[in-house]
Amino acid sequence: MVMSRDEIFQEVQEVLVDALGVDDDEVTAEATLMGDLGAESIDFLDIVFRLEKAFGIKIPREELFPAESLMNNPEFISNGKFTEIGLAELRDKVPHTDFSPFENDPDVNKLGDLFTVGAIVNYVETKLAAE
Amino acid sequence: MRWIWIDKFVEFHSAESAVAVKNVTLAEEHLHDHFPGFPVMPESLCIEAMAQTAGILVGEAKKFQEKVILAKIKKAVFFDYVKPGDTIKLEATIESLTPEAASTSGKITCGEKLIAEIDLMFSHIDQNLAGKEFPEENFVFTETFKSLLRGLSFDDSSSGTLESGAD
Repeated sequence: MVMSRDEIFQEVQEVLVDALGVDDDEVTAEATLMGDLGAESIDFLDIVFRLEKAFGIKIPREELFPAESLMNNPEFISNGKFTEIGLAELRDKVPHTDFSPFENDPDVNKLGDLFTVGAIVNYVETKLAAE
Repeated sequence: MRWIWIDKFVEFHSAESAVAVKNVTLAEEHLHDHFPGFPVMPESLCIEAMAQTAGILVGEAKKFQEKVILAKIKKAVFFDYVKPGDTIKLEATIESLTPEAASTSGKITCGEKLIAEIDLMFSHIDQNLAGKEFPEENFVFTETFKSLLRGLSFDDSSSGTLESGAD
């Protein structure tokens, strides 16, 4: 059975409510995981584990939240900002995320703002479609 | 793991599940203050006992090559008190295990009574703290705690039951 985007969103919402101890109504599509929902690094792994279980999918290491490997590469980051090559790599590695607001000021510290609830829904939708 | 807060393992299925027991005694000094005239095991220490049970289970799954640190208490719900004289049983099951972390679910019982449900997450700290370096030696799993697994013998498949001697 194919899940609708709404159904995926509701399931993702439930995962985030359980993993982060937040209320349903805080988990909007635009909410950022770190800024709005208070996620810390270990929570990302928790979320990955819970998504795998909830949707019966396998999420390869760093596929959903691949920031770390990019951050340690000087070719991608210069003076705390993503380089053109780095941005291209991000777009390539993380196709389920909208980078347009980030491109004007690609500050590494703002990377966390990119991880929104909507981005997770996009990712799961792509993943389920590929199954 | 520098102090031991469980008494022994009674079951050990490598990379799957483990059962440990702890005897609670009024000789534990903190019970005199928690609370005067009404000694009950602090719930934080129930979580510690589960963290040791599940943490050793997670560590053994990678043959103690990883430094396993408690990273998150996903759930801790308590249903009843643990009192001096009680023997509590701690059952832990691995839900997910990846190169960088593990998640476990578990329950504590005392006889037939459900005491608590405790789900935890552990981090393999060499794998996921952005390349931060830690001492070479495994300061989590020392010889002291390994004595807990003595007397338990793994069978050849290493995933079979690991029963200790009869109670």
